[in-house]
Amino acid sequence: MSDILSQGGYGAYVWGAYGLTLILLVAEVWQLRRQRRTIFARLSRMVRLRARGDQK
Amino acid sequence: MKLFRFSSPATFYPLAGKLIPFFWVLTALCLAIGLYWGFMETPDRLGGSNPQKEYYRIIFIHVPAAWLSMWLYLMLAVWSAIGLVFNTRLSFMLARATAPTGAIFTFIALFTGAVWGKPSWGTWWDWDPRLTSELILFFLYVGYLALNSAIDDPRRGDKASALLAIVGLVMLPIIFWSINCPDPNQCAALHQRSSLSQMEGNILFSMLIMTLGLWMYSFATILTRVRSTILAREGDTSWAKEILEKEQ
Repeated sequence: MSDILSQGGYGAYVWGAYGLTLILLVAEVWQLRRQRRTIFARLSRMVRLRARGDQK
Repeated sequence: MKLFRFSSPATFYPLAGKLIPFFWVLTALCLAIGLYWGFMETPDRLGGSNPQKEYYRIIFIHVPAAWLSMWLYLMLAVWSAIGLVFNTRLSFMLARATAPTGAIFTFIALFTGAVWGKPSWGTWWDWDPRLTSELILFFLYVGYLALNSAIDDPRRGDKASALLAIVGLVMLPIIFWSINCPDPNQCAALHQRSSLSQMEGNILFSMLIMTLGLWMYSFATILTRVRSTILAREGDTSWAKEILEKEQ
């Protein structure tokens, strides 16, 4: 296990590269989820507002 | 034409929704196999007379990300061109959805290249043709996204940024030939030449399976993003309201 972590003394470079990649990909997926929620919230608010308008 | 049936956002939206989970499963599978194989089953050295040490393992993320940065740009330009020629809304939305993922992979290629360059070349950065042209590709992605969102009317923004994407295609052959040119003296001075055929089998396998994994990841994120765009732009239509009720 420690062999894998140290990578012959180059662990900081190797895991730095993989670490940043992981952070960016997770951030992208998180941003996509948030974007979807925002759009759903906005659309359902519009639907509700319009339904209220129809009743008048 | 059957193909054109899916060019309507209303039919594409549910289709994409069905495909996304498969792409996520394939992403997880490919990345798990690729990382396991890349770290457990590969030799600690890459290359013959003057081998690279363990830091070469950055290759499993660097090369796939760099390939994807170029392929996704090609996709971005092709969707843009189809959008301009056929004036299909969905093509522009797909182009717009491809750009962020492409920009992220371009950045990953540049960053992982820098942390690979430090131990192997002794420098984080050099204005070598391959590095420079890849950096310009990153700016093209950023420029495309900036232009697309700077114009308030989405359809006009789509068309303007589509033109930029097509003009930017000129970078792809430059990036490719910067390390694949016939005369080695004309090639990039620092960046290694492409040498897939001489690569050790396990290293090559890990790299290719990681590439496949990043492709699957790209499809999953691009389709997720395009679904959001479809809803945002066409939320007023009756089919979008049905979806809203179903998925809430």
